[in-house]
Amino acid sequence: MTDSALSKAKPLPSVNAKPFASAIKRIRRGWQLYLLLALPLAWLFIFCYYPMYGAQIAFRRFLPGDTVWNAPWVGLAQFERFFKSHMFWTVIRNTITISLYQLIVGFPFPILLALSLNQVRRRRFSQSVQLITYAPYFISTVVIVGILIQILDMRRGPLNMALGLFGVAPIHFLAKPELFPSIYVWSGIWQSMGFNSVIYLAALTTIDPELHEAAVMDGASRLRRIWHIDLPGIMPVAITLLILNMGGILSIGFEKAFLLQNLLNLTTAEVISTYVFKVGIQGGFTNYSYAAAIGLLNSLVGLVMIVLARSISKKLTGYDLW
Amino acid sequence: MVTQIQHEEDGSTSAVRRQARIKEARGDRFFAIVNTTFLVLLTLSVLYPLLFVVSASFSSADAVMAGKVFIFPVDFTLEGYKAVFNYPRIWVGFTNSLFYAVVGTTVNVIMTLIAAYPLSRRDLFGRTAFLSLFLFTMLFSGGLIPSYLLVKQLGLMNTRWALIFPQSLSVWNLLITIAFFRTSIPPEMLEAAQLDGASDFQHFFRIVLPLSSSIIAVISLFYAVSHWNQFFSALLYLGRAELHPLQLILREILVENTVDLTRMGDIREMVRRQGLIELLKFSSIVVASVPVLLAYPFVQKHFVKGIMLGAVKG
Repeated sequence: MTDSALSKAKPLPSVNAKPFASAIKRIRRGWQLYLLLALPLAWLFIFCYYPMYGAQIAFRRFLPGDTVWNAPWVGLAQFERFFKSHMFWTVIRNTITISLYQLIVGFPFPILLALSLNQVRRRRFSQSVQLITYAPYFISTVVIVGILIQILDMRRGPLNMALGLFGVAPIHFLAKPELFPSIYVWSGIWQSMGFNSVIYLAALTTIDPELHEAAVMDGASRLRRIWHIDLPGIMPVAITLLILNMGGILSIGFEKAFLLQNLLNLTTAEVISTYVFKVGIQGGFTNYSYAAAIGLLNSLVGLVMIVLARSISKKLTGYDLW
Repeated sequence: MVTQIQHEEDGSTSAVRRQARIKEARGDRFFAIVNTTFLVLLTLSVLYPLLFVVSASFSSADAVMAGKVFIFPVDFTLEGYKAVFNYPRIWVGFTNSLFYAVVGTTVNVIMTLIAAYPLSRRDLFGRTAFLSLFLFTMLFSGGLIPSYLLVKQLGLMNTRWALIFPQSLSVWNLLITIAFFRTSIPPEMLEAAQLDGASDFQHFFRIVLPLSSSIIAVISLFYAVSHWNQFFSALLYLGRAELHPLQLILREILVENTVDLTRMGDIREMVRRQGLIELLKFSSIVVASVPVLLAYPFVQKHFVKGIMLGAVKG
């Protein structure tokens, strides 16, 4: 940004000699820009940064009648309580299981869809495929879970009906803890495969068509061209996304897990975000500090992971995330 | 083309080459068939659950209860939709969601545009610092409890604004909009405007905004869909039933299975009602999803562009 600013300024040596004066000048010249930015910045500080400051409640013991600011400090006691809790390993294990499952199984689908769509010559066909596969992305989580409950229903769901044709006894899918990760991950693939393929389709359009022309002349088949040209072409994007997703390994979203939970599958369905909600909000405000500590821990680990992921991705692909 | 002609002239090898080409072409044709089949199967498997729900919503309660619906409606009837119309909670939720989507999206779009314009200006002093402040919130947050306490402190609990103010801006959409301003508004226009003595306001309102209809369409869609589909914030902040958005009411019907059976009749009437409740699940899914799915094909073209912009580094 300084480059462009300097190039616009008059080519005088005094520009560098008086950086302070020039900064004041630029700020005064751009007052209308700051006025536009004022409201969004105010919002940012109130709704994003103030809660970060308020996260100090995790180091206090907040009791009924206290305010956030006068509750007594207890250091890391809330964190210790979580580490010693019988739920600690359960929620960590469940969260990581679902994340890894999602990462490994879910990752190839958008790539496969994009590569395959890229080979279709008839525009009408490829557009209809895109229209349909993107659609579930816009459906709400509540409705997705509602549809899942119907499809997986024990007495009249089409899946059990179809299995029944092969002589399989009805399965109560949502009551089986061992099936919860699969239901979570495969419904996620169903919902977002199309939407996630968009970024790969975009990457495919940036591949130099001359590469393909040259390969065709050398007699390369379509499959070979996909393998040797398309796949390497989208690799940087794929690796970047993969690593980014690894950074988010402890952040399983609240809504779907919460809505799919029931008393029977809770042993594998309780993840960090739902646990924080149950302890903190449903548990009443004696637990605010404890729940805040779990949430803060989750945020901190997430931050560390993403910073690590960024440096790994920078080393591997040479692409800097920010 | 050139090499092809050369091959033709090269008598001895041309037959071999041609044969190889035919073989390749056959391989490619085979590939095309496999590829198309794969895409068709994939699309059908994405489509099936949606089709099943729509078909069930148009079927009779008996057919749904007996599990007779697979692909097409069985005993076509509009009973399910009558049940939706007769269930007032759904309409309360529908109008509330409409309010949250319209007001929320308006606030969102204004906030995003007035933030994105200054941040897209390379001559803004402190631009990197401001941008970093926004970006950092994508990586770290205070967590659920502090945000919840903030909303409580501000007195927003059980008011409609609890669903509007905490989500007035999405940094992701902000980045897309900044990328759009940077790539789609020629910088010469700013220079020309400045030469003509136009202020920043004039440049923003008279030049940039009229050129930004496609990005406004994209972020409006993203914001509106997220408001319409929002469930968690309402669960957190809204206890009063008359403020509930559609998604909370859908959860009662679809997930918690708590539909109000106030007027109990004889057994036959109860069985009939039980069937209607099952039918109501399907028709309410359709009613809740149609507004979003109707809007999306219109902006699909823009929206793919929008995601691509997001892929361009902000």
